[in-house]
Amino acid sequence: MPAQGKLREESRSGAKFENNHLFISEPNGAMLMTRSKVTIDGNEAAAYAAFRVNEVIAIYPITPSSPMGEWADQWSAESKPNLWGTIPRVVEMQSEGGAAGALHGALQAGSLATTFTASQGLLLMIPNMYKIAGELTPTVFHVSARTLATHALSIFGDHSDVMATRQTGFALIASNSVQEVMDFALLAQAATLRARVPFLHFFDGFRTSHEVAKVEELTNEDMLAMIDEELVQAHRKRALSPDHPFIRGTAQNPDVFFQERETVNPFYEACPAIVQEEMDKFARLVGRAYHLFDYVGAPDAERVVILMGSGAEAAQETVEHLTARGEKVGVLKVRLYRPFSIEHFVNSLPATVKTLATLDRTKEPGSPGEPLYVDVATAVSEGIATGKTPFKTYPRIIGGRYGLSSKEFTPAMVKAVFDEMLKEKPRNHFTVGIEDDVSHTSLEYDPAFSTEDPKTVRAMFYGLGADGTVGANKNSIKIIGEDTDNYAQGYFVYDSKKSGAVTISHLRFGPKPIHSTYLISKANFVACHQFSFLERLDMLKAAQPGATFLLNSPFGPEEVWDNLPRTTQEEIIKKKLRFFVIDAVKVARDAGMGGRINTVMQTCFFAISGILPRDEAIQAIKHAIEKTYGKRGEAIVQKNFAAVDHAVNHLHEVKVPDRVSSAFDLRRAVPEEAPEFVQKVLAKIIAGEGDDLPVSAMPIDGTFPSATAQWEKRNIALDIPVWDEEICIQCGKCILVCPHAVVRAKIYDPALLKNAPPTFKSSAARWKEFKELKYTLQVAPEDCTGCTLCVQVCPVKSKSEVKHKAINMAPQPPLREAERDNWNFFLRLPEADRRTLSLGQVKDVQLLQPLFEFSGACAGCGETPYVKLMSQLFGDRALIANATGCSSIYGGNLPTTPYAQNPDGRGPAWTNSLFEDNAEFGMGLRLALDKQTEYARELLTRLSSNLEDELVKSILSADQTTESGIQQQRERVRALHAKLAGMKTPEARDLASLADALVRKSVWIVGGDGWAYDIGYGGLDHVLASGRNVNVLVLDTEVYSNTGGQMSKATPRGAVAKFAAGGKPRPKKDLGLMAMSYGNVYVAAVAMGSSDMHTLKAFLEAEAYDGPSLLIAYSHCIAHGYDLVHGLDQQKAAVLSGYWPLYRYNPDLARLGKNPFQLDSKPPALPLEKYIYNETRYTMLTLSDPQAAKLLLQFAEEDVRNRWRVYQNMAAMPMNGAAKEAK
Amino acid sequence: MIDLSTTYHGLNLKNPLVVSASPLAEELRNLRRMEDSGAAAIVLPSLFEEQINVESSELNLFLQQGTESFAESLTYFPDMTGYNLGPDGYCEHVRRAKAAVGIPIIGSLNGSSIGGWIQYARKIQEAGADALELNIYYIPTSTELTGEEVEKLYCDLVSEVKSSLHIPVAVKISAYFSSLPNMAKRLDQAGADALVLFNRFYQPDFDLENLEVVPNLLLSTSHELLLRLNWVAILFGHVKADLAITGGVHTAADVLKAMMAGARVVAMASALLRNGIGHLATLRKDMLAWMEEHEYESIRQMQGSMSQRAVADPAAFQRANYVRVLSSYSMKGVPL
Repeated sequence: MPAQGKLREESRSGAKFENNHLFISEPNGAMLMTRSKVTIDGNEAAAYAAFRVNEVIAIYPITPSSPMGEWADQWSAESKPNLWGTIPRVVEMQSEGGAAGALHGALQAGSLATTFTASQGLLLMIPNMYKIAGELTPTVFHVSARTLATHALSIFGDHSDVMATRQTGFALIASNSVQEVMDFALLAQAATLRARVPFLHFFDGFRTSHEVAKVEELTNEDMLAMIDEELVQAHRKRALSPDHPFIRGTAQNPDVFFQERETVNPFYEACPAIVQEEMDKFARLVGRAYHLFDYVGAPDAERVVILMGSGAEAAQETVEHLTARGEKVGVLKVRLYRPFSIEHFVNSLPATVKTLATLDRTKEPGSPGEPLYVDVATAVSEGIATGKTPFKTYPRIIGGRYGLSSKEFTPAMVKAVFDEMLKEKPRNHFTVGIEDDVSHTSLEYDPAFSTEDPKTVRAMFYGLGADGTVGANKNSIKIIGEDTDNYAQGYFVYDSKKSGAVTISHLRFGPKPIHSTYLISKANFVACHQFSFLERLDMLKAAQPGATFLLNSPFGPEEVWDNLPRTTQEEIIKKKLRFFVIDAVKVARDAGMGGRINTVMQTCFFAISGILPRDEAIQAIKHAIEKTYGKRGEAIVQKNFAAVDHAVNHLHEVKVPDRVSSAFDLRRAVPEEAPEFVQKVLAKIIAGEGDDLPVSAMPIDGTFPSATAQWEKRNIALDIPVWDEEICIQCGKCILVCPHAVVRAKIYDPALLKNAPPTFKSSAARWKEFKELKYTLQVAPEDCTGCTLCVQVCPVKSKSEVKHKAINMAPQPPLREAERDNWNFFLRLPEADRRTLSLGQVKDVQLLQPLFEFSGACAGCGETPYVKLMSQLFGDRALIANATGCSSIYGGNLPTTPYAQNPDGRGPAWTNSLFEDNAEFGMGLRLALDKQTEYARELLTRLSSNLEDELVKSILSADQTTESGIQQQRERVRALHAKLAGMKTPEARDLASLADALVRKSVWIVGGDGWAYDIGYGGLDHVLASGRNVNVLVLDTEVYSNTGGQMSKATPRGAVAKFAAGGKPRPKKDLGLMAMSYGNVYVAAVAMGSSDMHTLKAFLEAEAYDGPSLLIAYSHCIAHGYDLVHGLDQQKAAVLSGYWPLYRYNPDLARLGKNPFQLDSKPPALPLEKYIYNETRYTMLTLSDPQAAKLLLQFAEEDVRNRWRVYQNMAAMPMNGAAKEAK
Repeated sequence: MIDLSTTYHGLNLKNPLVVSASPLAEELRNLRRMEDSGAAAIVLPSLFEEQINVESSELNLFLQQGTESFAESLTYFPDMTGYNLGPDGYCEHVRRAKAAVGIPIIGSLNGSSIGGWIQYARKIQEAGADALELNIYYIPTSTELTGEEVEKLYCDLVSEVKSSLHIPVAVKISAYFSSLPNMAKRLDQAGADALVLFNRFYQPDFDLENLEVVPNLLLSTSHELLLRLNWVAILFGHVKADLAITGGVHTAADVLKAMMAGARVVAMASALLRNGIGHLATLRKDMLAWMEEHEYESIRQMQGSMSQRAVADPAAFQRANYVRVLSSYSMKGVPL
């Protein structure tokens, strides 16, 4: 490899600690000048290159890869051409399995085709990957590597998904930075065409996919030079065509399969050299030299770490730091991991090496070592055995794991590995970055060790999702990257909750290339964009001495000091921070920006930091504003300009006093009365200290206690609802719609009011049968998100001032303490006796305790009220299988979870399997329950002679169709347990372990439309057809909400969604009608905002029906683009317009000879446009393509008419076929 | 041959029947039918200043809502290459209208601040409108705002728009000024080429069942014509600007009265919404019949013939007449 050797020499002999990609070994500086510098993230970099070198792109959304598909779709919609001047065709499939299948087909038919995916999505592609590789088909899959779900789901990055494909025959190539992502996306394409081995190009999810960095953009000329036209033609020639027919994909027998399987070997043997040649060609062309294995470090290194992915950059930074101190260390970055070239590998290492440490970002329990370790051990051993290594001695090899699920991987950890290698007996199979106090695998490290370049500016910004902080910082990084000579990097940490979400932006910039692929822990600029964060987060912990602190404060420079917590004051004094304040809320409001303080704070950052001269900075910010908002209208631009212009005048430096004066400090993460696990584990996660939890603190099998959301008091609402007991009619509607279960009511004995807090409100209960009781409607002040749906739905208006309702919003802070006491008192009042309530009435049902509370769903969420209603009605006996998506995230994302327990300790048992298999998973729960019940009944019969006859008989014949029936059965089972406790036979013990199955259970299969209509439809269909008694709740938001609004088959015609940028051209699939066609499925379409009674009835009927039930619930969603405060009105409008007819299909009616289909809403009475044009998902099309909008509206109106006609006819039929047969 | 032609702020019109701003003019095929039925000019539906700002703000708000908060959903919508916001769609309609019919097309702007008006007005002019109607619609709700300030706002707006356009500018105003003649004169001085009397205020109604304020827009009746006749008759000859009557013109008699009071044209919307576009032809026919019967030669002949300065008893338009009307009201048939 002469070319490789030469470049290696250059990179070793040149400034070896300089970045060896961007600025060394540039053969042609002039060429570099022609390429533009762009500040983009890893996903965009991958999509940029992939889009240009492909013709067909089949995708399916999955975090963190979704943006790659979205970019491709957008460019395709914007008619951007690929390298050959034609617009790539982008198609969204129903699952990654579907995408891989479509891709396989496109490749077989001779197209250049690609896909983007991650994690479980990649696993779904594996069957096709074997086929694609087995058929030697050139393609590149671009993967933002993500953790595979094991004991828990994680959306973050590691290599467990990629490692699960290393046996497929795909070449695996890793890029470590945003620049490399773009470069390798092209390199891989060039290589696959030559090698005929398909490639999987991967980079670390989030760390690289979402890192914004300044990179040099490859040009079309670069790409044309890299992609060999003849190879493209050759690929097409190999395609299936009836014009020169052949068959591919035969079935083979023992006689020949093996032999043919071995025919591919020469291709895999040739592949590494091909990749290196392409890398060399790229280096000559672009100036960045890469190798199959890139070594950085001392030429005479004795200790070398080996790894791939973004962690290699942190390792490089550490190596450069340590070698500058004379240490003989190095890092080997693995680029081409498959096919693994032993020869290239061993020759990439210094001959002087004594100890090698492999670092794997994955875990293979039970294996002799993680994949890279095993490969390195094999390679070294084989290399030595064949005499091909340069080593003077047989190097010692150890391996360890790091960075699972984007766990931080810092220079301090790299140093710990190097330190370990110095030991006489270094630990093998170690972990680094955690404290493993169970298996004692972890290496200790000194978190204070830092390799940050003093010339690099490190800035951290704490913002609220809604205030636009991240967007502004992305703009700032672009400005710094593109308007200055600085290198720039931006990384953004998001919340696990969707309402009141805290964001932390980490920005680095400076004159030297940035290899710091880890969060900032020593900042010289800290900005707090929300004053209320001060009492929750110790944000100055990361500020280094002399740093600058910028605070958005309602208090001016004179008053602010005494309003800071003690810790904040101490840190400002101790670290001698420069301290600035601005009332950004006021400036933004005056500029007409509402709560968006982003431009104000951005301007202040530039004003203080002095990166650019002030005027230049302001110009640049304004330019960025024009670019971002210009197309949305001049008014928006002007408002932002006004915010910029006024910001600087309102920025003040605070004269810092020399002593701490504050009487208060940071709030506790959870109250003192919280249970031990919550105190010891969850509280740490809430406080942002989860990284410090040792292995022993964690559950071993993914099991967590439920009912923990109650301990996380987030205080995110500025205003909370206040009850007016004088005018309230106690209808319960506000309680029903509350997405976060913060509005509750109880009826109770007036005597219980004796010890009530002074401001606790009550009034006489308005129930005929509970006249003697008191009624209280109470709000949880610290859990409310301030969405105001409760006020919106309240039907009562004051007679003297109509805007005053029976529930009204008022500022939270003055109410917080008193209402907290009231809430705690309220919780101690007894829960309603379920047996005494009339569960067909909304009013009564809203006295039931919700067993789903305080979730992290968006403020105003349209899904959670349905989930909550289900929990009120059936939660004490429900098992829930939840498809991955919004409902599994707000349902089960740490730190705290919303499924709760009643005073008896009963509550929903909740679980999540995958996205695609939820129906089957839920059916599995049912099968187990049914079998357990059956076996328990058998045992009961077998043991009846030893038990009371009456007890056995009453258990076996119990009527459990009512609340009292169920409670009586619970009593009987309790009695049974008591009897069984005294019996010693195996059968008695068996029955004791299964007796609870004798009480009726309710199985719920919950998920969104992405699951039910698309990826999980096959399974759902099968489960519905099975006849099993499961209840399916489809929370239909009509898009993939959780991954950011991609089109599903539930998306209505004419709505804009991702992958339907031009408005969805085809109508929504009628899932209900399809399910009804079975005849034995209970089906209902509900919309709580239109008729809560209808919703309640459908839930009760669905659960009561002894067979599969399907509830399709209209769920308003942030992805519809309007203020969710109007969510219920929109639901009403959807029904009024005929778009969402309410109906119930009850097979039990057919058995009675009646028509099972009941149409429960009136014929369309509102023009469709009056409904849809309240929502941005529809109006944006009228703005972007008015003609298409008009046409699609006409079609959509036709859809409504047609659907109504069908339903009307169905409802008018005297009875169904089954009844006729029965006759 | 009776001559129905008239001139209106410099445009020669074949008759005084102008179609006022209404949803009818949103459809090109309706514009053609208007022309065929005898309309002399068409005022297009208004471009609302607020609408532009609200559309733009809402689009921005809802595209931003919930973004950059949660790692899995950093955005919720595809970001389009461009949006047809602001006056672009409107201007496109002006262009199409011009291409569809041969009669003058008058653009209409509705708003209350100088803001983006100049820019929008220019764009409408560039799109080919023959004239522009400014519908200044300002509802003062502040107790601190004086009448003088409100009037100044009107005049500033007119002179700003006028100085940046070369096409004629008509100003549609309300009757609610302390001194309408003075206001008319000041608008005249500010450069208005025509005054359109009067716009009809949106007056919300109350829904008693739901205790809500509900939007309410009633079509005009001939009864509303009287207020307009009165003021046109008073202003005629005192302002340079041409006068137009809108609101309450439903019959040929209404048109003739308007002409006699001193209007150059009438602008109609309610009459067409109620009776259909073909009503224009009926009006024209009825006018001709009346004029023929009464031996009028032309519309011009009658314009202003019954204005205050032309009638025998100018006091008929003044307070003395009011006293007379009150005292002459017959109490016969009133249930007492």
